[in-house]
Amino acid sequence: MIQLEVLRYNPETDQEPRFQRYEVPFRDDWVVLDALNHVKEELDPTLSYRWSCHMAVCGSCGMMINGEPKLACKAFLRNYPGVIRVEPLRHFPVERDLVTVIDDFVAKLARVKPWLVPKEAPGAGEYRQTPAQLKRYKQFSLCINCMLCYAACPEYGLIPEYLGPAAIALAHRWNRDSRDAGRESRQDEIAAKEGAWECTFVGACSDVCPEHVDPAGAIQQVKIESTIDWYQAHLTPWLKNEK
Amino acid sequence: METVSADVAIVGAGGAGLRAALALAEAAPKLRIALISKVYPMRSHTCAAEGGAAGVIKPGDSLAQHFEDTVGGGDWLCDQDAVEYFIGEAPKELLQLERWGCPWSREPDGSVAVRPFGGMKRMRTWFAADKSGFHILHTLFQTSLKYSSIRRFDEYYVTDLLVEDGRCRGLTAIEMRSGQMRRFDAAAVILAGGGAGRMFPFTTNGAIKTGDAMALAYRAGVALKDMEFVQYHPTGLPSTGTLLTEACRGEGGVLLNKNGRRFLQDYGMGPETPLGHPVLKTMELGPRDRVSQAFWHEQRKGNALPTRWGDAMLLDMRHLGEKTINERLPLVRDMSISYMGVDPVRDPVPVRPVVHYMMGGIHTDTQAATPLAGLFAAGECACVSINGANRLGSNSLTELLVFGRRAALSAIEFVEENQARPVSATLAEHAQGRIRELMQRTGGAETVAGLRREMMRIMEEHAGIYRNGEGLAAACARLGELRRRYRNLELHDRTNVYNTDLLQALELGAMLDCAEAVVQSAAARKESRGAHQRLDFPERDDRNFLRHTLALHAADGPPRIGYRDVVITRSQPGVRDYSGAHA
Amino acid sequence: MSPRPYVRPISAREWVFRHPRYVRYMVREFSCLFIAGWTLLMVWGLKQLADGPAAWAAFLELVKTPASVAFHGVTLAFAAYHSVTWFNLTPKALPLQVGERVVPDWVIAGAHYAAWAALSLIILLWTL
Repeated sequence: MIQLEVLRYNPETDQEPRFQRYEVPFRDDWVVLDALNHVKEELDPTLSYRWSCHMAVCGSCGMMINGEPKLACKAFLRNYPGVIRVEPLRHFPVERDLVTVIDDFVAKLARVKPWLVPKEAPGAGEYRQTPAQLKRYKQFSLCINCMLCYAACPEYGLIPEYLGPAAIALAHRWNRDSRDAGRESRQDEIAAKEGAWECTFVGACSDVCPEHVDPAGAIQQVKIESTIDWYQAHLTPWLKNEK
Repeated sequence: METVSADVAIVGAGGAGLRAALALAEAAPKLRIALISKVYPMRSHTCAAEGGAAGVIKPGDSLAQHFEDTVGGGDWLCDQDAVEYFIGEAPKELLQLERWGCPWSREPDGSVAVRPFGGMKRMRTWFAADKSGFHILHTLFQTSLKYSSIRRFDEYYVTDLLVEDGRCRGLTAIEMRSGQMRRFDAAAVILAGGGAGRMFPFTTNGAIKTGDAMALAYRAGVALKDMEFVQYHPTGLPSTGTLLTEACRGEGGVLLNKNGRRFLQDYGMGPETPLGHPVLKTMELGPRDRVSQAFWHEQRKGNALPTRWGDAMLLDMRHLGEKTINERLPLVRDMSISYMGVDPVRDPVPVRPVVHYMMGGIHTDTQAATPLAGLFAAGECACVSINGANRLGSNSLTELLVFGRRAALSAIEFVEENQARPVSATLAEHAQGRIRELMQRTGGAETVAGLRREMMRIMEEHAGIYRNGEGLAAACARLGELRRRYRNLELHDRTNVYNTDLLQALELGAMLDCAEAVVQSAAARKESRGAHQRLDFPERDDRNFLRHTLALHAADGPPRIGYRDVVITRSQPGVRDYSGAHA
Repeated sequence: MSPRPYVRPISAREWVFRHPRYVRYMVREFSCLFIAGWTLLMVWGLKQLADGPAAWAAFLELVKTPASVAFHGVTLAFAAYHSVTWFNLTPKALPLQVGERVVPDWVIAGAHYAAWAALSLIILLWTL
């Protein structure tokens, strides 16, 4: 048997969050999510948390596990000796128990215009895109929107206006897509003070990202590319951006 | 009760729901769209689909062949006019996705690549590595952010459809954050809430696949069609049940029993094809129902590999090489290592058939319209039927797009021709009363987890890959009992903010309704066809059962079972031949 | 009942010690204080140089004191740490893709180290 220490909060009954301990069976193939499901089914049906796919692709189950942002479906019990502390994702308000308010994140995703602004009108078939061109942006398209990066980023924690790693990486994904011509339209958001320039390359976001998107890398690349864009626009406005 | 007024309400924001919203926003920009989902859109289970989406584009392929593969794959229970429409629209939809920026994998010359898939004579499965569903979902979701006419209601659980004077005029939904119920007035409603695989204990489906949309239509008097046809995907992980895509076999992976034999050749899918050179529509590229059934037989013979999670077979991908696996099956590799401790580059991975998809669902016509005026359905929750008795892999992702759009177009036509009129307040109040009663009920002897576990046990035991009359009768009786015991359910959590005890109780209610439809339909179908196999009726019976099963909800008892003819146009029922002989 | 989300407070002391990576980050950033101090010392040296031989000699004496040597040692360590972390992070900011292959991180970082070594050697030889 092992112990989980879970942060509980119900705005109807609690002034502030408190910890609650649960004892669950130890199985070496279990993840923290399995333990939480055991708690909910056998011990305490009032525990609320988000989950769905159990295969690290839906992004629902991000939580702080022993102080580190992790997906509960990929945090194996066997890797945590002692009591396992489970808390809602940091830097987001707590709605209830392990459920956070993610409105800010969802709004920021939309702000970076994460859709294709076509470079050219489509022909009869598909836009041509070579494997090399696909590779240029592929890794940045793997973000599952789990927000572990926001929980890891001290800038976002201290400065809530900051656009944040996933949103900027998403903008970068579209900027780098060979079919896209929307870089200029995204500039206002990502090259703003609350955009890429709030980042001081702590790099924690890339450390915790379960999909190896490397948002930190994306943000630095955005800094460089948007700087070049800015100078180009002001010094040689007659030149168009080449991708 | 706070009321939201919309022209079209869409329940479910996965592939089908989002595609419908986009079609509405583009074709009818003045219409107000309410996109309602119990989860944020990127959590929808579309994200877990891996292999790809089928559509004819390569030379040497033809719509006729896609038609044949699909109808034969469905054991001739598909409505052929629907399949005709589906395969014709498929390439256009996949192309539209590409134009919206979907990162399809490519050939060296930059054109879209296709891969082989089970039951398909030609390669026509478009794919994005092994995260096709994920990329499709995110492309659709991100594109939807462009349109201000799409107003999203994230984390709202729809409890009831509001039906008055023979027409669906809206719905009620609980805002999870506050626990408050809201009424949505809508001239048309599109259901796109997914399947109900969670009624089984062992499934690739995520927590959210609880048949909510199916139950909504069912309780409003719309038939659930062909519910007995539940697809087992042959290669799920024994530990978690999660999916290893059919593309593993498309790329050349093979299935072995505990003796290292490629056993599929013993079940009419031989002769054995050379390692690493799969031949389409035979051996490991046979259809899912046949492959899962072969495993069941191997298990009976004692040839399955015992693991601590139960019997399994081996999926061997070592001969594909590290480069191919990393490029085309990276998620598969990651999952095998994380959840099974096995690296497919070095060792064969234990797998077993798990519940994956429901061919059955809300009865719609080829225009995605249900018999209830103003109500439309698309995606896994619907049954048109294009999948018949067994779905071919990679037809489902395409189905979301084709019928998501079709439902939207039908809804636009309907809204233009029919004046909206809000329902009387009592209907919504009735819905609210139902929830209040559940919240306040005391002295109940049942819990959500207890009833759910029993339901799963019944389904696993009696409604698995092979069924028989005795087992199905027992399942019908026991599920009827659970239906009664559900009224004795007491919640532990009576608070309002994000109450997941209540949410799971409502989801359980939906699953119980769907489960009863499954077993009653299965009991009534006295033949074996596609994914519905009966030990007591092992043959296909076209004379009596070349028909769709219709399950109609009864207020306080089992569903009434009826039938509806299958639409046959140009393919007469034949023999499903997955041996190498047809090649 | 309208929800009342709870906002957890954050303080510098709290977040820096959540994980060693944040401490390492603060050490890296902290290096700027010593490098700024060294820069000011150099500016001071320039001023002393402009003020004539006596002032310059006094500056050289100051620089040779044990405290100054210690300060220089610590500053050099910080500067080296900053340079190493910078070079190692550069491939993330400047990825190089040739066809379908991405140039490995160690090549890009390595090129920086090589340039650093070469420049250091040139300057050393020049001052000898």
